Parts: sequence; structure tokens; C-alpha cells
Amino acid sequence: MNSVLQSSPLIDKFKLRLEAVGGRFEHVSGKEEALALVLDLLRQEGVADTAEDAAVWADGSLLTAENKERLAAAVPGIRFDVTRAQVAKAKVGISQLEWGLANTGTLVQAADAVDTRLVSSLPMLHIALAPTAGVLPDLPAVLEKVHPEKAAYLAFITGPSRTSDIERVLTIGVHGPERLIVILVDELEVAL
Amino acid sequence: MSSPDFKQRIIDAISNPTLTGALGRFSVAYRTARAKAYEETDFEAVRDQIATIKSASADHFDEVAGRFQQAAEARGTKVFRTSDPQAVKDYILNLSRERGVKSIVKSKSMASEEIHLNQYLIDAGIAVQETDLGEWIIALAGQTPSHMVLPAIHMTKEEVADVFSNKVEEGQMPDIPKLVKFARAKLRPVFLGADMGISGANIAVAETGSIVIVTNEGNARLVTTLPKIHVAIVGLEKLVEKFQDIAPILTALPKSATAQLMTSYVSIISGPAPNTDGSPKELHIILMDNRRNDMAHDPKFKQALQCIRCASCLNVCPVFRLVGGHVFGKIYTGGIGTILTAWFDALKQSDEIQSLCIQCGNCNEVCPSKIDIAGLILELRRRLAVEQGQPLIQKAIFSVVNNRRVFHSMLRAASIGQAPFAREGYIRHLPLFLSDLTKSRSLPAIAAEPFRDRIKKIKQPKCAERAAFYGGCLVDFAYPEMGEALVKVLNKAGIEVTFPEGQTCCGAPARYSGAYEVAAQNAADNIQALLAEDVKYVVSACPTCTVALKQDFADSLDAVGRKNEVDTANKLAAKVIDFTSLVEQLVQAGRLKFKAGTPPVKFTYHDSCHYKRTLHADQSPRRLMQQAGHELVEMEEHDMCCGMGGSYTLKMPEISAPILERKLVNIENTGAPLLLIDCPGCVMQIRGGLDKRGSHVQVQHSVERLAECIE
Ligand code: SF4
Ligand code: SF4
Repeated sequence: MNSVLQSSPLIDKFKLRLEAVGGRFEHVSGKEEALALVLDLLRQEGVADTAEDAAVWADGSLLTAENKERLAAAVPGIRFDVTRAQVAKAKVGISQLEWGLANTGTLVQAADAVDTRLVSSLPMLHIALAPTAGVLPDLPAVLEKVHPEKAAYLAFITGPSRTSDIERVLTIGVHGPERLIVILVDELEVAL
Repeated sequence: MSSPDFKQRIIDAISNPTLTGALGRFSVAYRTARAKAYEETDFEAVRDQIATIKSASADHFDEVAGRFQQAAEARGTKVFRTSDPQAVKDYILNLSRERGVKSIVKSKSMASEEIHLNQYLIDAGIAVQETDLGEWIIALAGQTPSHMVLPAIHMTKEEVADVFSNKVEEGQMPDIPKLVKFARAKLRPVFLGADMGISGANIAVAETGSIVIVTNEGNARLVTTLPKIHVAIVGLEKLVEKFQDIAPILTALPKSATAQLMTSYVSIISGPAPNTDGSPKELHIILMDNRRNDMAHDPKFKQALQCIRCASCLNVCPVFRLVGGHVFGKIYTGGIGTILTAWFDALKQSDEIQSLCIQCGNCNEVCPSKIDIAGLILELRRRLAVEQGQPLIQKAIFSVVNNRRVFHSMLRAASIGQAPFAREGYIRHLPLFLSDLTKSRSLPAIAAEPFRDRIKKIKQPKCAERAAFYGGCLVDFAYPEMGEALVKVLNKAGIEVTFPEGQTCCGAPARYSGAYEVAAQNAADNIQALLAEDVKYVVSACPTCTVALKQDFADSLDAVGRKNEVDTANKLAAKVIDFTSLVEQLVQAGRLKFKAGTPPVKFTYHDSCHYKRTLHADQSPRRLMQQAGHELVEMEEHDMCCGMGGSYTLKMPEISAPILERKLVNIENTGAPLLLIDCPGCVMQIRGGLDKRGSHVQVQHSVERLAECIE
């Protein structure tokens, strides 16, 4: 596949800022590429069919019934039934988010569905998929788009979990993920 | 007045190298990191927005809280409003009992600390777990937070490892990543097993009934997601009216608090979202008053409700970085902590804490909510003085200070009495109430003849323009040569200088001690003396005096109810200008020129607090000296206080001395042979300090240097 990636100063900035806070940036054109990339990442992480090595994938537009079947077959250990006990043990959490903020490298999600919050909070690695077109310049822009009417729980994620509480030494992975990989997907549509 | 116990705590804190080391390093790193974080943001614009938004809420808390309640309840949230801290505790305890709650996880909530909620619940038999790493550490250690954002900044990793080993599990090593992982592992099951989550909130939006919670560790996400019940305790001051109002606050908070562009996790919660078992979350929001409404009705203190608890006022405070939050504050610490303690606790609780403030104004400059923190501390001082009356010793000092002739003779007597110890114009030890001053630096000799007498002997040309010189005590008594230099320069520009005899103390010593009646009388006397002369300018070479003449006179008179004199104070203020700014104007107008061929000298410049932060004149001397051919080498922390602070050196010598020490090191590190300053008080402090160290750096007031450089 040789499709041209959607590039813009906004995306460049998003990448710069995400990397500055310790996040990893990936960018693909098609949905298929996105799924393939996730599978690659999961293999590299050693995801396998035990509770401790599992990857939990919260529901999202990419998870059609057909895709779920293919994915589960490709990497045993991917789970789509996101239960609290499951996620608490799992190695990797995967979710789709709606928006990005270029000037801070932030991802934003209407996270009423508890699954999406669990998979992005509990495991050590969070893989986040988001539509390239969802990247907005800044906070005021996203506050225009989302309204509490549509989201009781709006979640902003900027890099991995961090603390400087002991001797001010920056340390990552306190209560949330230690690593965050963001995959922008051109073909994904912005859900509203 | 400070008790011996308080003094001892100050000394203990200052002599704790872990504390001062950690806070000192942080304050240096913070300054740079904060500046970088704000690189792409118009700080002034954002703080204006925040101040406007929050002040608008404080204008009518009841109404805004009512709208919040309506909007939140419409979305299924339960809202409880109360002015009584006890009612907050009862509400939570009752709810816990009704729902059979045995275990609670908490993310950081200063409001809950304010009302000592944890202990109350623990006493009632409920397990309460702080989950913010720093809060957990200090809770285990049985301590209170030493900083609003970094509660355990006073502890080393060794101490943390010991606390973990003693209180949680034997054998923890002082390895930070391992300690953090240990905390994660130990707290995770507590999160998963908790029946209730308690959080604070950083913002509460009336329009939508939303609360905004920010954390870096991710603990607030778990606290608000895992347990089936979520209770948020929100101080009224967190209210804003519109959903869009979140933007400026969330733009400034991470930058000011931790120099991040954005905090790792922000949750905007606008109603119950489903629990992990599909049931809807039970969401309770407690809007707590606890004197916030009273504060909103106080015209002076209302602005303190604009605070977004970023703690940057702590990070830039020269005193806080020496003593930390265990001395400087209670639950809320530092400058703003002093103010909040006075209100949420009691005015007299702030008595000792407020005396720590040296009035440098650093905090005001960085406050993203545009609060006049220094001014409010002064107002506390004033109210305390009114409440408690002025101490006798202070009365005695002011009566001497206000009588210029007596004051001069007394200083002079002290100075001559010690003549055998004088060397190179300094006195080694002064008796009387000034004795404490000499521990870390030498004092200037007191001139035999004050400037008020010396000026009569200067032959001045008759000029069309006249300026009245306001000397202030230091130029008048200690540094008359600065006054002579000033006359020399202004004469060259065709300005004749008069020295109105009736001028007296500018009132700063009284005002900064809270003795506003004395300050107001000083103002009235000076106004009368200075307005009696037909002059174009009233010029001063002391920034504290200039600020007094320009701003404080009107304010002091107003504060003590002498409102009909405020107009004349303003009339005087309109004529007042500091010397160096006036010179810059005269140079620009072509009325003064620099000598050609002055050998270029490297110099460094110390920004005096009032000169920079109140008069904003700090660039004038830099520009002028460079035009004169000098080369500027900036020192580290050039605008950090030198520890003088008027009578602060008398009252808090333990703190003033290390502040000075740091300044001296920064000066010497530049390698420049010349230090210029625009304040005679700073000249006294720094010249004396350098002298005591045997340093060869020459210290001059800009006026002295300019007199040498101007044609
Ligand atoms: S004015 Fe200076 S000493 Fe006082 S609280 Fe502010 S920063 Fe600290
Ligand atoms: S007073 Fe200002 S600087 Fe201090 S914590 Fe509050 S908002 Fe921050």
C-alpha cells in the first residue's frame, strides 16, 4: 500500500508535543494498516492467551464482527469482552478516541463507556487509535465540539501516567499506563 | 509577633539541608521550566481571563452555585450545598453508613484536608486511602503536606523507603522507580476493592453542572471510575459560569503548577456515567462554603477566591524555599496559604505566618489568577495590628523614626560610638535595636551631616525647571553622596533641585508592620511638604519611597478613613518619578549626554523588588548603562530579593541572612567588578554583605554611576 498520508502543520505539532511528553506517535492511512500495525505491536509485546499477557480492546468503530474474528485469530490473547477483572490483569489496553489537541499532544474522548476508561487506565501499555481529522488546534476548539449533553465523562489523555512526588524525579507509570502509543488513522471518521 | 517556638521552627527548617536543598533546586528549575511552558501562551491575556471569570462567580456565589446545582441535578448528580465543614463530614459519613461503605479511595482534595475529613472517617471505622503518591507518603509518615502541589518535596528517597518499609512492607530500597512501582502495586488492589471514591475538583461549571479534575498519576481516573459511588468535595471558589471558561484555567494550571503544557489526565465529569457492572454511578457533589462567601463580601479579599491552587506563588517565594510549608502555612501554604489560613481557620492563626513575608512581590508577578498576594498579606498585617494594637517597642521606634533630626542624631551617635570598629566606611557592630542587623553584613557609617544640611551648601545654577528631591532616610542619613550625585546630574539637564525640609519618613516601615495610622500621618506630612513647592517633578532615588509617594500614600490614607486627603495624595503622585527613569527621559530628549571615551566596564544589575515589580522601571538603568558603554552581565536570579525588606532584616534575621548569602554568590559568579542597584536599601544590604565576605565587587547606586558617566 502506497497511499499518501494526510500531513499538516497541525499533525506535525501533535507529534512533536506527544513525543515531548513521552508518547509514541504512529500514523497510517487506512484502517487495514491500522489493524495490522496493532497486531504487530501486540506480537512485539508478547501478547498471549493468558490473563496476564492478554490485550483488552474496548469497543469502537474498527471492531466490526468480522474484524474481531480476524484479529482474535491473528493474535491469541486479544479479548473484546472488557470486564473489570480482565482489564485489571491484562498487559495491553486498546481503545479508540475521538479528538486530538495539537498544541499539547493530547487525546480526547467521550468516555461514558466504562470500557474505554478501564483499558486506558489499568494496563501498563495503552494503544490509542484516533482519526487524523480529529486533531484540532487546541483546548478551546475541542470544547466547542464536545458538549456535556453528549458526554457525561470526558477524558483527556496526554502522555503516560507520571509523578514527580519523590525528590521531583520524573517517573512514569504510577497509577496509569507506563507507555502510550498513539496511532492516527486517516481513514477513520470523526464520530460525533 | 513571633513566639520562641515559631523562631525555633524557622531555624530548624533553615538548617535542614534536605528541605532547603530540595526547595532551592526546585525553585531554580521551576523558573526556567515555567517560562518555557508559557512560550506560546500570552500569559497576561490568560490571567486576565481567569481573573475576570473567577471574579464574576465570586460576585454572586449563591446564584452560580444554584445554577450549578440545577444543571447537575438535571443530569442525575446529587448536589449538597453547605457552609458548614461539619455538615460535609456528616454527609459523607451518613452516606457511607447507608451504603455500607467500608473502604474509600481518595484523590487529592485540599478542601477535604481543610476540614480534616480523613481522620473523621477513620475514627468512624472506615478505611480511607490517599492515592496521590505524595499524599500517601506523608499520610503514612504521619505528616502534613509541605507544598500544595508537591506534598512530600521535603523527603528524600531514603526517607520514603524507610516509611514504606516501616509502614507497608519490609525491605524497600531507596530507588525511585522501584518505590513508584511499589506504590502502584500496593494501591491497585485498594482501588479495585474500594466502595467509594472521594475527589476534589479543579473547576466546577455552573452552566453544565460539570466538574473538572486533573491529575498526572491517573489516580483520579481510577477514583472516579472504579468505585460505585463518587463524592466530589468542591470549594465554592471553584465555580465558573460557562463551559468555555474551562479553557483559560486549564491552559494556565498545568503550566503554572508543574510547567507542563497539559496535565497527563483531565476528566470532565458532567453526570453519572455507567459503572463497571453497567449500573449508573452514584455521583455526589458537595459544594462547600466554609467562609468563602464571607470572603467574597470582603472588598479586599474577594480576589483571593480567584486562586486556582497552582502553587507557583510558593515556587518563586524567596522565603518559602528556605522554610517550606511546614513553617510557612498550614494546610494551604506559602503566600496564598497565609491568606487562606486567616480566613478558613482564623485571622490570628495567620499572625506568625504572615510575618514571614518579605513583601518582594515575586508571587504577584507569576500568579495566573492575578491576585495581589503580597498586598493581601499586608492587609492581614494591618488587620492584625488593628486587632492586637501596636507593640510598645514598635511605637517607640516609630516615634524616633518620624522625628528626622532625632533619628539622625541617634543613628549618628550609635555610629560614632562604634568608631574604633569602623573600617572602610562600615560599622562592624551597632548597638540598640539595630544590633541584629550586623550579623551577616556591615552597616554604612552614618554621615556627620545629613543630606538635608549638605544640599544647602551645593551651588546650583538657576534653572527654569525645578524638581523636589525626596531623600528618604537612607540617602538623607547614610548615603548623602547619592543625593549629591543626583543634584549634579539634574543640574546638567537644567533642573534645579530643592529639598523640602518638612519631608519625613515615607511611612513604609510603619505600613509594612501594619501600623497604618502612623503611615497615614507620614503620608499627610509629606504631601503637605512636597506640594508646598512649585516644582515640575518630585524625584526619589529610593524605589520604596517612590512607591510610597506614588501609590501607598493614597492607599494608607484611604485605609484609615482619611478619604478627603486621597485627592491631594493623587495630585502628588502625578508628579513623582524615580531618578533613573527621569534621566532616561532626559537623555531621550537630548538634555543629557554621555561622556565619550568612558572605558567600558562589565557590570551586573540587581533588580530591587519595588523597582522592578511595582515601578516596572528595571530596563531603564540597563539601557542607560549600556548606552554609556558598559557591558551587562546578568546574574542568576537577578530579580530575586536580597533579603533586605526594610525592617524584615530586624524581625527575621534568620531568613534574611541566607537570602542575602545566595544573592552574594550570584553576584560574584558573574565575575563583573561592578554591581549597580537602584535602591539605597539594597545597596546597604548587599554592600555590607560583600564587605563582610571581603569581596572586591564595587557596589554603586545608578545615580552615582550616572554622575560619573554623564557629560
Ligand atoms: S511577597 Fe515575596 S515573600 Fe511575600 S509571599 Fe510573595 S513571594 Fe513570598
Ligand atoms: S495565589 Fe495565584 S500563584 Fe498562588 S496558588 Fe493561587 S493561583 Fe497559584
